[in-house]
Amino acid sequence: MNNDSLIIAGKAYASRLLVGTGKYPDFAATKTAIDASGAAIVTVAIRRTNIGQEPGQPSLLDFLPPAEYTLLPNTAGCYSAKDAVRTLQLARELLDGHDLVKLEVLGDPNTLFPHMPETLKAAETLVKDGFKVMVYCSDDPIQAKLLEDIGCVAVMPLASLIGSGMGILNPWNLKLIIEQATVPVLVDAGVGTASDAAVAMELGCDGVLMNTAIALARDPAMMAGAMKKAVEAGREAYLAGRMPKKLYAASPSSPTTGLIS
Amino acid sequence: MIDISLNGEPRQLDAETTVARLLAELGYAGKRVAVERNGEIVPKSHHGEAPVGQGDRIEIVVAVGGG
Repeated sequence: MNNDSLIIAGKAYASRLLVGTGKYPDFAATKTAIDASGAAIVTVAIRRTNIGQEPGQPSLLDFLPPAEYTLLPNTAGCYSAKDAVRTLQLARELLDGHDLVKLEVLGDPNTLFPHMPETLKAAETLVKDGFKVMVYCSDDPIQAKLLEDIGCVAVMPLASLIGSGMGILNPWNLKLIIEQATVPVLVDAGVGTASDAAVAMELGCDGVLMNTAIALARDPAMMAGAMKKAVEAGREAYLAGRMPKKLYAASPSSPTTGLIS
Repeated sequence: MIDISLNGEPRQLDAETTVARLLAELGYAGKRVAVERNGEIVPKSHHGEAPVGQGDRIEIVVAVGGG
């Protein structure tokens, strides 16, 4: 599907599946799962170094070199626009001027629901500062539109809460967001299993971002492969155009004539 | 002796130094890290001359696993 790449801020990416790198037991397991997912864009978090820890220990980027993957630094754990902006400015310095980022500002530590007023504020600052902002948001078409108007390069509504694995809880809101958007719409958060990813893509999403559904599967690498296929299958089903639903059709698939009687 | 804050923790250094020398002392020479001094990013190209003095708040960050 070379002619059907995901395009974000004018750049084409080979996969419509984006994956996170959290919650894995070690870096080797992270890399195995990511490679099985086929993802081109991989999210990372920015944190203080552990002062005093063996400095010779490998780091995440030894396993995921920025030359091979498009790293998407996120602001996970930020509860204010100020902290989110500061985090991404550090990320840009860390990654040699890399400006494609994932903005997420949380509003509640239990549900991890996004804080939309702070998200909008941060988006505005970051866009003005030259960042290409992919933004995690509530599945509210008005908020999504506001973010797009600010200049975000992709809007990423939740399908259900972060880490919940509850799947696509409000396909109708996602539909509304997809219908109006002129930038890519990616489901970010809530996918639990492959069918959820397929449903998101069948709705017309441009991509899906997930972490926990793969990392916490019994076999993360196998689930990563399943997600890859689900995203591809869902995309193809969307492009192919599904048949209309009918309660019944009275039109069997086999000929109604020439029956032996 | 000077007192600084390093990643939120108090720390004593023998004398004033530079960001580059502090990084080397911590074992981060040549590692991919980003540095902030008193809330301002210190670009890599300035690590050599950027001073670290009494009362400075230094933050050193890396990329870690996240979703």
